Amino acid sequence: MIGRILEGVKEYTLPSILTPVCMIVEVATEMIIPLLMASIIDDGVYAGNMQHIVKIGLLMVGSAVIAFITGVLGGRFAAVASTGLARNLRKSMYERIQTFSFSNIDRFSTSSLVTRLTTDVTNIQNAYQMMLRMAMRAPTTLIIAMFMTFKINSHIAQVYLYAVIFLAIVIIIIMNSATKLFRQAFPKYDALNESVQENVTAIRVVKAYVRENEEISRFKKASKAIYDIFCKAEGKVVLNMPIMTLTVYTCILTISWMGAKMISVGDLKTGELMSLLTYCMNILISLMLLSMIFVMITMSAASAERIAEVLNEESDIKNPEKPITEVKDGSVSFKNVSFAYNFDKGGKPVLENINLDIKSGETIGIMGATGSSKSTLVSLISRLYDTTEGDVYVGGVNVRDYDLTTLRDSVSVVLQKNQLFSGTILENLRWGKSDATEEECRKACEMACADEFVSRMPDGYNTHIEQGGTNVSGGQKQRLCIARALLKNPKILILDDSTSAVDTATDAKIRQSFRSQIPGVTKFIIAQRISSIQDSDRIIVLDNGRISGIGTHEELLENNEIYREVFESQTGGSRDFDETEVG
Amino acid sequence: MPGPGSRNTLGRPVPKVENPGKLFLRIMGYVFRDYLVQYAVVLICIILSVECSLQGTLFMKELIDKYITPYLLDPDALPNFTPLAHAIARVAVFYAIGVLASFIQQKLLIRITQGTMQSMRNDLFEKMEKLPIKYFDTHTHGDIMSIYTNDIDTMRMMVSQSIPQFINSAITIISVFASMVVLSRTMTAVTVAMIAVMLLCTGFAAKNSGKHFVRQQKQLGGVNGYIEEMITGQKVVKVFCHEQAGIEKFNELNDELFDAASKANSYGNALPPINAQLGNLSYMLCAITGGALALSGNISVGSVATFLTLNKSFNMPISQVAQQFNSIIMAMAGAERIFGLMDEKPEVDEGYVTLVNVKKEFGGQLAETSERTGMWAWKHFHKAEGTTDYKPLEGNVVFDGVDFGYTDEKMVLHDIKLEAKPGQKIAFVGSTGAGKTTITNLINRFYDIQDGKIRYDGINVNKIVKADLRRSLGMVLQETCLFTGTIKDNIRFGKPEATDEEIIAAAKLANADEFITKLPDGYDTMLSGNGANLSQGQRQLLAIARAAIADPPVLILDEATSSIDTRTERIVQEGMDKLMHGRTSFVIAHRLSTVRNADCIMVMEQGRIVERGTHDELIDLKGRYYTLYTGNSIA
Repeated sequence: MIGRILEGVKEYTLPSILTPVCMIVEVATEMIIPLLMASIIDDGVYAGNMQHIVKIGLLMVGSAVIAFITGVLGGRFAAVASTGLARNLRKSMYERIQTFSFSNIDRFSTSSLVTRLTTDVTNIQNAYQMMLRMAMRAPTTLIIAMFMTFKINSHIAQVYLYAVIFLAIVIIIIMNSATKLFRQAFPKYDALNESVQENVTAIRVVKAYVRENEEISRFKKASKAIYDIFCKAEGKVVLNMPIMTLTVYTCILTISWMGAKMISVGDLKTGELMSLLTYCMNILISLMLLSMIFVMITMSAASAERIAEVLNEESDIKNPEKPITEVKDGSVSFKNVSFAYNFDKGGKPVLENINLDIKSGETIGIMGATGSSKSTLVSLISRLYDTTEGDVYVGGVNVRDYDLTTLRDSVSVVLQKNQLFSGTILENLRWGKSDATEEECRKACEMACADEFVSRMPDGYNTHIEQGGTNVSGGQKQRLCIARALLKNPKILILDDSTSAVDTATDAKIRQSFRSQIPGVTKFIIAQRISSIQDSDRIIVLDNGRISGIGTHEELLENNEIYREVFESQTGGSRDFDETEVG
Repeated sequence: MPGPGSRNTLGRPVPKVENPGKLFLRIMGYVFRDYLVQYAVVLICIILSVECSLQGTLFMKELIDKYITPYLLDPDALPNFTPLAHAIARVAVFYAIGVLASFIQQKLLIRITQGTMQSMRNDLFEKMEKLPIKYFDTHTHGDIMSIYTNDIDTMRMMVSQSIPQFINSAITIISVFASMVVLSRTMTAVTVAMIAVMLLCTGFAAKNSGKHFVRQQKQLGGVNGYIEEMITGQKVVKVFCHEQAGIEKFNELNDELFDAASKANSYGNALPPINAQLGNLSYMLCAITGGALALSGNISVGSVATFLTLNKSFNMPISQVAQQFNSIIMAMAGAERIFGLMDEKPEVDEGYVTLVNVKKEFGGQLAETSERTGMWAWKHFHKAEGTTDYKPLEGNVVFDGVDFGYTDEKMVLHDIKLEAKPGQKIAFVGSTGAGKTTITNLINRFYDIQDGKIRYDGINVNKIVKADLRRSLGMVLQETCLFTGTIKDNIRFGKPEATDEEIIAAAKLANADEFITKLPDGYDTMLSGNGANLSQGQRQLLAIARAAIADPPVLILDEATSSIDTRTERIVQEGMDKLMHGRTSFVIAHRLSTVRNADCIMVMEQGRIVERGTHDELIDLKGRYYTLYTGNSIA
């Protein structure tokens, strides 16, 4: 896991090494200062030597300058290394996600992918920067300071050694039990947030049932639970500070006592006593820093894990060894196809034993209740998912033998859950064909009955689409998505419930233009409205993942009960009143 | 809709806060409201711990001048350590007080902080529950959530760390400064001069890094926005083989962010060493000055040593104050949003007509009773006459020339007139945006109408206490919202005092009993995440049961468009039909059977009722309904 993350550092090996080096130099020079201080007092003031004072003073300025330069440089290196790591992590994650198949995406869910690319990367960036700068600094301070004190007076230095050991043990114990409590606290936070979220999304229900007061008291209970657990957890953490000050004070007093005695017999000098006291502070502060670093690392470990998961995810759909780069025609056949989502994890089959033979240029309607796997069926054609059993052939070739880009460029899918992207309408349309002229775009829009409303917009084809396409209506969005798919000049066109928000008249017009303008293209139309598919060459009726009937409208009316039932309930009309759009 | 809390939390630049002083006082008001005494104790503890540690520092002068220097100057003096022992004991007492004070301070601060957070959260939630629906319709859920998470957290940082640190620093600066002046004015002058240089440098660096930080935030917002859009549309990207183009654009944005972030962080990282080394410089200058002064005999060695320690403890809080200042500004921005929600106007309720239990007395008169009779009546007090009358709850709803718009500028409903007699079923049909859903928002007064009147059993709904009005209306919405808790809890939502038998009866009516009893834990099955462990159809059945148990005379139903599998759909439909039986129902219809059975169908277009009548009447009319229904345009 760590290895995966560290790959992003490779490019920044030099700054990653230089940062701790700079930090060590900075700390080392800083650590000399108390020693020089001692010399000023002992050899300067007591000896009455002003020259020595100035000389040592200049030395101190020199070390401060060195510490300054290395400090700033170290900061700069750390910034470059950590933000660079963040950049590389984002880049490799993003590129990795681009190779994901639909089932990979389903496994992670889009919102979790977004969090991993944003929040988790920021966490790692901060943790890495902190580690580079502090992880070396704190132990170096500790070691140098201990070394110096032993050099000055090993007798007194022992006092520090005991203090350090004592504090280290105490901090470990406290942090350990506090972390346990904090771990218990996070689910409580989640519960509270869930309560808020439920009430925000379900506020209509809460108000309709006049349940505000009950919800308030429920929330207060969750809120109280957080108060209790955090008081307890933080109550442990705050012991750190007083215990540390207590230790510092004890050291100071012990050393003052021992020092005064030693000085009186000439075993120690006054200046040395002062620098001993300074080192005392340095040692204890570095201990505190160390404990903070450990907390930080534990906290970022979760983020690192989540990032590594993405980077380690293998796409389950890959290009074959020697891909075929040409699709001959738009014929499609299914041979004994079965499919299950998450088959390896015991997923139940949603398509079973499908056999189909569709000629190039046919128009195929597909109908069936939600959950009857209509969308799944068509997504196997452009190999958005791989079959669990059996094979799918396009143009007489197994889809697994095609180059993925070739296949998907020839099979144009208008997804049920479609999306436009922020940018102009033209830019959106050019997703279908990057070098399409405005004329080509207009033609595609005319076929999809989108030209009429696009040309009525003040900026026409240069109208800006907001993120998520919020400034066009559902029906307009669907028509733009169809136009975008048409621009690909596909051999097979799949419309997955793509006209549900378009009124029936326009819907019919779109189908009419398909018939007259792209007769050679094989068309699959999934729809809830029978009127959208009843003029298809053949209609497939799906029921719970099985083909219940194939045939023309008339044939199915004759011999397929499900089809007849749906037809009767719609009596040839629109089923969803509100989904139709006027004009 | 963006995921809660996912948006804007990272890329949000620090906004300017208006009136920070007032805001600050308000935050402190919050803290003081419940914790005035505790906060006062904290203040005293801070002062105590600062002064005690200062005493320790000053002790060094005594140690050197009284107990060390004499022996150094006169090596023959007989060492007598008893006074030193006394002095150390005295300082030990100070130290003990200091440690105790800092312990008490920390302990209290936790309670104060967590307690303040708790009451802020509670107040926020309480306020939120009282806000009109409009608030929720006009704010994204992510933004509301982020108040509870991010903004409350900035408050926590401020109350528990920034403010105490600030006070600590301020007191330290004052007392250390006073001691320094007493020890040596010359050296104090040197120290203060260096502080000025330090502040100048910090200000300069902060100004420069500020620019880069703003740029970093902007780029981060850009990258995060791009990620959100593209990852959400990842399936479309795949279908169009747009991966490479997406990567190129992403790399461009990502590199720009790297450039801004590395610069911003470099500047940010430069600040600590600048301050530290300037601090060291100040220390050295003092050492040299002090050394010179001591040599000329103007000052004792002990004073120099003590001053040098003071110099360190003077520089530290000054750079800390600068840091705290930043996080306080951040907290202010959070406070602005927190109080923004708290200051929202709550839903007003000027209603005075209440719903009460009644019983029939001799002669058919209705009389109020505290018994649970199952008979309800509107208690209407007429101010003018000073009389009270009781009108039985029946479920008659009248719209009389209702105009409505979500904003005053744009009306979405015009002159709506209709009457639903008790037990009648009214169906609304029409295209998206025609105003069907809006109508259902008005009967229960989620929104108030601009013109016209809505009457419930002949009483203007404005006169009815909102809670009672809503109790008399049941709602089953398209988006079934379930709550964390057991199935039983969720059904009981409609009637808190319902017994288990009533719950089962309601579930049976809604056709939900069958699937519930098949679950391993039956009615005690835990639901979480809006009933994620149930199917769409099952969730809908629970919503129906929830309405059934409330047993209201009037129902508002929004049939789900996304159909479930044929069998479940039939079960749901049946449940709905049973629920509607004998009740006045307003249905936003998507199913043919619903429309056919309706007593009256309202065909809506652009906020007006353009046709009305029964199914057969409207078919004969060959108008808008006919077009919608058959899919054939006759015009």
